[in-house]
Amino acid sequence: MSKSNLTRRGVLRTGAVAGAGLAMPTFFSAGSASAFVNDPGNGPVTLGFNVPQTGPYADEGADELRAYQLAVEHLNGGGDGGMLNTFSSKALQGNGINGHKVEFVTGDTQTKSDAARASAQSMIQKDGAIMITGGSSSGVAIAVQGLCQEAGVIFMAGLTHSNDTTGKDKKANGFRHFFNAYQSAAALAPVLASRYGKDRKFYMLTADYTWGWTQAASMKAFMEDQGWTMVEDVRTPLSATDFSSYMTEVQTSGADVLILNHYGGNMVNSLTNAVQFGLKDKTVNGKQFEIVVPLYSRLMAAGAGEAVKGILGSTNWHWSLQDEGSKAFVKSFGTKYGFPPSQAAHTCYVQTLLYADAVTRANSFNPCDVVAALEGFEFDGLGNGPTLYRADDHQCFKDVLVVQGKQNPESQFDLLEVVEKTPVDKVMYAPDNEFFAGGDLGTCNPGA
Amino acid sequence: MDAILLQTLNGLDKGSAYALIALGLTLIFGTLGVVNFAHGALFMVGAFCAVTVSRLLTLSYTVIDETRTDFLGNPMKVDMPYLKSWLGETVGGTIIDWSVPLAILFTIPVMLVLGYAMERGLIKHFYKRPHADQILVTFGLAIVLQELIKHYFGANPIPTPAPPMLTGSFDFGALVGMDPNQVIYPYWRLVYFLFSAAIIGAVFAFLQFTTFGMVVRAGMADRETVGLLGINIDRRFTIMFGIAAAVAGLAGTMYAPIISPNYHMGMDFLVLSFVVVVVGGMGSLPGAVLAGFLLGVLESFSSMNEIKNILPGIDQIIIYLVAIVILLTRPRGLMGRKGVMEE
Repeated sequence: MSKSNLTRRGVLRTGAVAGAGLAMPTFFSAGSASAFVNDPGNGPVTLGFNVPQTGPYADEGADELRAYQLAVEHLNGGGDGGMLNTFSSKALQGNGINGHKVEFVTGDTQTKSDAARASAQSMIQKDGAIMITGGSSSGVAIAVQGLCQEAGVIFMAGLTHSNDTTGKDKKANGFRHFFNAYQSAAALAPVLASRYGKDRKFYMLTADYTWGWTQAASMKAFMEDQGWTMVEDVRTPLSATDFSSYMTEVQTSGADVLILNHYGGNMVNSLTNAVQFGLKDKTVNGKQFEIVVPLYSRLMAAGAGEAVKGILGSTNWHWSLQDEGSKAFVKSFGTKYGFPPSQAAHTCYVQTLLYADAVTRANSFNPCDVVAALEGFEFDGLGNGPTLYRADDHQCFKDVLVVQGKQNPESQFDLLEVVEKTPVDKVMYAPDNEFFAGGDLGTCNPGA
Repeated sequence: MDAILLQTLNGLDKGSAYALIALGLTLIFGTLGVVNFAHGALFMVGAFCAVTVSRLLTLSYTVIDETRTDFLGNPMKVDMPYLKSWLGETVGGTIIDWSVPLAILFTIPVMLVLGYAMERGLIKHFYKRPHADQILVTFGLAIVLQELIKHYFGANPIPTPAPPMLTGSFDFGALVGMDPNQVIYPYWRLVYFLFSAAIIGAVFAFLQFTTFGMVVRAGMADRETVGLLGINIDRRFTIMFGIAAAVAGLAGTMYAPIISPNYHMGMDFLVLSFVVVVVGGMGSLPGAVLAGFLLGVLESFSSMNEIKNILPGIDQIIIYLVAIVILLTRPRGLMGRKGVMEE
């Protein structure tokens, strides 16, 4: 028999000390000499790239990581400089960020909120990352944005399209360059109405999480404004793979348009199913049946193969754009990796440059100075035309691309064609718009 | 009426995938007594056999087309499949189009060998271990297979279309005398249903009408006695493992045009298939098939909007609800018999 040394007091004392230690993350206790967390001092600066490296979005994550590596190379003066040469702000000189050489660490979000928070936290605490960026899902972006606000580092969101990221869940330390569900709907609605007519009945299948909800609400509002009537909005679980029983319901619903508020694997499967069930060739109410995918990802659309042909949707950026910024980016990326970048890669590259530029203009890594430099910042030359980083909600405002699945693609990358560029004033909204209401930006947190 | 007909067709289609996987699971459980959590992964490997065949048939050499340019402004490199240049555009193109049905010929030997290797190389060492250990090792194996597939094929779904003449849909309603344009159903899903029925029939015929099958059935009923009669039952059970793997693989191969294969598709089917096995009755082959179709149809009907408006979310839980009810009222499942797997 062994004798236990456990006593009630001993356990309580150890528990209290351990609990206090655990409850107080190191970024609150360490670095008291500095005015902000993870001050690079005179050494190199570390950026944290938090992208899905495993799980169903791993390929999109890999493309984001390629873009980040390219951005770091350009910031440190390597390569051909990419969009540094076309960026309207000339603060970046190819000498790192404000003279500090740029290094990076990567984390794996797994497209799960808890895993993404854990990897971001580890990069902040262990690796000293001063800025976190990346991601391929709004659920993850909102979770990591919240963490960065608490930790006192800047979060430059990757691919996130939910209204909530810069709506009810906006944070002072978080910034989004990517467009959002409201802007997609605002850009698509007039195009859909002019092509398919005003008297239409639409049916929606919606992924059951933050992005899907806001996308469905936005599409409903804008299409009803155009005179369309909603038959049904059906929520589908994120884990769904076979959408055949949903398609059956669409067939017998009397609707003549199907809107798929799905992204990634969901979109590939639901669109494939819809086409297999002959919806594209169907005539309902005397009209040609139409399918719409509000948010396109060229990378993922490849999974749907032939099914994307002729389908309308929107996208943040496309490699076929012919402005100087896009051409420079496609050239650097294509030369280095052998294929054109995705919209996820583009937004991640741009976010890194925007952060570096803000630090350089503010001449400070202090998150509060960076926030001040980014708020209300107007720029051009990064592939989307003149763009504003609005101070009220840290959302970028720029033209939105309406795209269509190409009928005769010339290569495996040539899946979408831009059919309309909706000007920024058509997708602008007030900061207190009902789709974005309820949140509070708060104040910037430097962490220390 | 049209909605009910459509959902029945859908249910039979889903059910045929469940039934094929559950049939394989039951074969393994009934013969070797192993709970094989890697069975979903075998289904996924089967789907990737279709992808592999399609890639092999489209192996290409590069031709430089000076008249067109790629995204960087360089002359466009066009892939020319060897098959098309050897056999001509029509014959080569037709063979490439029919890659999924052709993949069946590839899947059967690959899956038989994979199943055999899995059983001899890993699972046989776990026969005398508790079920929990078997579950852990097969689950681990499933993850290894998934990651291997992801390493070679990436994480994105890979479109693997059916032959062009079978990709469209047809007016099923008009065939059975309903108003035209009411019940439109994809050809390939009907092909899948018929294919599954054929495979299920073949497995049952094999077990029922061959000496090999008779010995296996005897071994399932009483392994020890069959062994005492001087029959090497272990070797036959190993072959059954290979056959079960081939059934799962074929189910996956033919499923590729329905859902673009991705590395985690097996997991989506695995849990459901276990429920199917339990509902059907552990160790009962007809039970697995019956429960597969039954749950497929129930799942389809529960996703009708009329039903979801009364019971929201019912389509997500119906299968588990039915499982609970059946286990409470018939603890051995629909067709489970007393004394089977109950030592």
